[in-house]
Amino acid sequence: MSKINARIPEGPLAQKWTDYKDHQKLVNPSNKRKLDIIIVGTGLAGASAAASLGEMGFNVKSFCIQDSPRRAHSIAAQGGINAAKNYPNDGDSVFRLFYDTIKGGDYRAREANVHRLAEVSNSIIDQCVAQGVPFAREYGGLLDNRSFGGAQVSRTFYAKGQTGQQLLLGAYQALMRQVELGSVTMHTRSELVDIVIVDGKARGIIARDLVTGELTRHFAHAVVLATGGYGNTFFLSTNAMGSNGSAIIKAFHKGAMFANPCYVQIHPTCIPVHGEFQSKLTLMSESLRNDGRIWVPKKKEDAEAIRSGKMKPSQLSEEERDYYLERRYPTFGNLVPRDVASRAAKERCDAGFGVGATGLAVYLDFKSSIDRLGQKTIEERYGNLFQMYEKIVDENPYETPMMIYPAIHYVMGGLWVDYELQTNIQGLFCCGEANFSDHGANRLGASALMQGLADGYFVLPYTIQNYLADDIATKRMTTNEPEFTEAENAVKARLEKLKSIQGNRSVDSIHKEFGLVMWDFVGMSRNKKGLQEAIEKIAVIKKEFWTNVRIPGNMTGMNIELEKASRLADFIEIGDLIARDALSREESCGGHFREEYQTPEGEALRKDDLFAYVSCWEFKGNDVAPELHKEELIYESVKMVQRNYK
Amino acid sequence: MEKNINITVKVWRQNGPKEKGRFETHKVNNVSIDTSFLEMLDILNEQLINENKEPVAFDHDCREGICGMCSLYINGRPHGPDDDVTTCQLHMRKFKDGQTVTIEPWRSAAFPVIKDLIVDRRAFDKIIAAGGYVSVNTGGIPDANSIGIPKADADEAMDSASCIGCGACVAACKNGSAMLFVSAKVSHLAMLPQGRIEGARRAKAMVAKMDELGFGNCTNTGACEVECPKNISLSNIARLNREFLSAKFQD
Repeated sequence: MSKINARIPEGPLAQKWTDYKDHQKLVNPSNKRKLDIIIVGTGLAGASAAASLGEMGFNVKSFCIQDSPRRAHSIAAQGGINAAKNYPNDGDSVFRLFYDTIKGGDYRAREANVHRLAEVSNSIIDQCVAQGVPFAREYGGLLDNRSFGGAQVSRTFYAKGQTGQQLLLGAYQALMRQVELGSVTMHTRSELVDIVIVDGKARGIIARDLVTGELTRHFAHAVVLATGGYGNTFFLSTNAMGSNGSAIIKAFHKGAMFANPCYVQIHPTCIPVHGEFQSKLTLMSESLRNDGRIWVPKKKEDAEAIRSGKMKPSQLSEEERDYYLERRYPTFGNLVPRDVASRAAKERCDAGFGVGATGLAVYLDFKSSIDRLGQKTIEERYGNLFQMYEKIVDENPYETPMMIYPAIHYVMGGLWVDYELQTNIQGLFCCGEANFSDHGANRLGASALMQGLADGYFVLPYTIQNYLADDIATKRMTTNEPEFTEAENAVKARLEKLKSIQGNRSVDSIHKEFGLVMWDFVGMSRNKKGLQEAIEKIAVIKKEFWTNVRIPGNMTGMNIELEKASRLADFIEIGDLIARDALSREESCGGHFREEYQTPEGEALRKDDLFAYVSCWEFKGNDVAPELHKEELIYESVKMVQRNYK
Repeated sequence: MEKNINITVKVWRQNGPKEKGRFETHKVNNVSIDTSFLEMLDILNEQLINENKEPVAFDHDCREGICGMCSLYINGRPHGPDDDVTTCQLHMRKFKDGQTVTIEPWRSAAFPVIKDLIVDRRAFDKIIAAGGYVSVNTGGIPDANSIGIPKADADEAMDSASCIGCGACVAACKNGSAMLFVSAKVSHLAMLPQGRIEGARRAKAMVAKMDELGFGNCTNTGACEVECPKNISLSNIARLNREFLSAKFQD
């Protein structure tokens, strides 16, 4: 039998979740107290799950690497959160949100999970409002909506350009309430360094205290990973500096499948790269595409003149500008999905029409909106984003168009999970960006917040009970069991090995070199030869890392270079997986663009007869090629068609 | 346009909370003015690692001004010489060629130094845990639009809610008071009908926790408001005082 069983409930699509909840096993209140759940990560998914499970009466242990659970990178999400409320009366519905998400994901997501996501989306908004999240409102006192890419309705709720911050603070506050009530124990500045498996079930973790350097053992009846995405594999991305893929790599090593690693989202609107010491890229929210128009000069001479500083963008008349998204996609215009907008920007820049000093930038222009709505309205909508842009670039975007370029932003791939968000290791669950489940090959804007909170508030707290109900007789372990000792010893040996290399290169210098290989060969567009080359180059970098990295400081006490080195070792493995997955997927879909597979107009060309499956990679040992398993994707309620945003 | 500067960095080094700290001086040359302040520290750390020395430990994460993780007292100001930004958004164009830049951690009894420039700000979490929330569980919630909230109130609540919990207000205050932080949360929730219900209890519990954790008293110097990277207004403190007094009268 295949190792892959998504365990999707029977019955019509719209009934599955209701039926599941009606028939799943539950844990009674007196037993909940006896069950421990470890939740790693305190972003939207982790914090909301920890709070909700704590409220239910489970004994929750929550871990984060930051100094406070409030810092998780969900906080940086700007634009908004989707829900099928249909408050604007523009024809939205649960089905439409489901359909847009499937279509936006280029028909590579699992139907049943996505429908459930759309079903619970409305409850998220209710929950957040009850917590006091200050969403934007109309003068009549009711909630306001804005539109986002890939949809023809306005279904996005927002709190200025700080929606992620406000949603995370809501979840964080709910979490701290449970800490105060004693149902959640908080471990800050603590990093998961291994997962402990006892008799085939996840039974705990080894954590490293980032302040003392001490390794600690923690038991639980179930372990939940909500550790976010691995975008920092590319070194430069919009992710926070600390965001990493180590927890999911530890799970992968223990036998959990890694699904669709090559589905990486490149966000079209980020501030362009400025120099070699750049440490990260800054996103400019997709919501800006509601009122900003994207263009480059029509003539190459004008683009050259702008690049050399001889001409200003404002000197070009309307006729001399190419609003290429509006030209190519009249129906969706500037609001095409992210993958489409990113590739279109790359196409123009590669063809020599790019602006900025490097030629790797396009304009996002607010002039016509400012003329139409007034500067005050634009300021109300995007004030904080404009301020951020000005602080970084030193130009006033109210007067000069913003310059933007695509950057790594989000990963759709992650740990494989079934309908219950359980990995193929029993008792090991995964939610939020860390799992692969809902976005297919491309995520729509304002859907990451929706998925993180759906998983944490409304899905996992149910599905995990179906597992735990069979575990009520399992007594708490002491963590003196051989499995814990073995795991701790292996971690210790690995860290000592890293420390003992004492080579000549800093972690960052190797990460930058590695990131460039990833961006050049495994980035926005990929081809067979480049991917094969990348896999060889990654192997060389891996060797360089394990023989030449230098980590100053000690094993005890805080050692940030050691943390970074350990994460980079894992990123290198993820990079290899991304390249292998991209190589094996001989089609283009969503964020995965293979140059060999495109339509005459340069759009992604899917091959549904061959590749309508989830790629699930199984670890086979260090320096051994992983094994590919497939979960077939069956669509019962939608027809797979070529995406069309024209 | 592209311009590079040379600077001298005088940076605080301290091995642990109980160890004695000291300043260390380093030169960082040829830094592009378009580099962010934290990228300048990355460059310094790269230098130190290449010299086989320990890099300077500092807190940072999102590097886009929202997570509140970065701190740093730069030339006598929390988050440095630019206005309305966190350290991660401060750029080297705000410094002159040849300038000496002094970098210290937040200095406050309630924020002990962990290492070098990193301090322990868990006291803020404890204040939130004391009452900085609306006591609702997940689920069983009425429709979001069943509560109407005047736009002006929602906008004002949003302004208070934009606090990032970085601790600059405490670092800026000569008394080490956390009043701006506490008042921002109390105001955010008190201005909304959902949070109004527990308003009195929240104000009392959060203030009591703040006092217990060793934060100082507020003497209305206004330094916190000046240094707040998110422009949290002093009017929040006035609202907290009103909330607190009316709660006391109810007792």
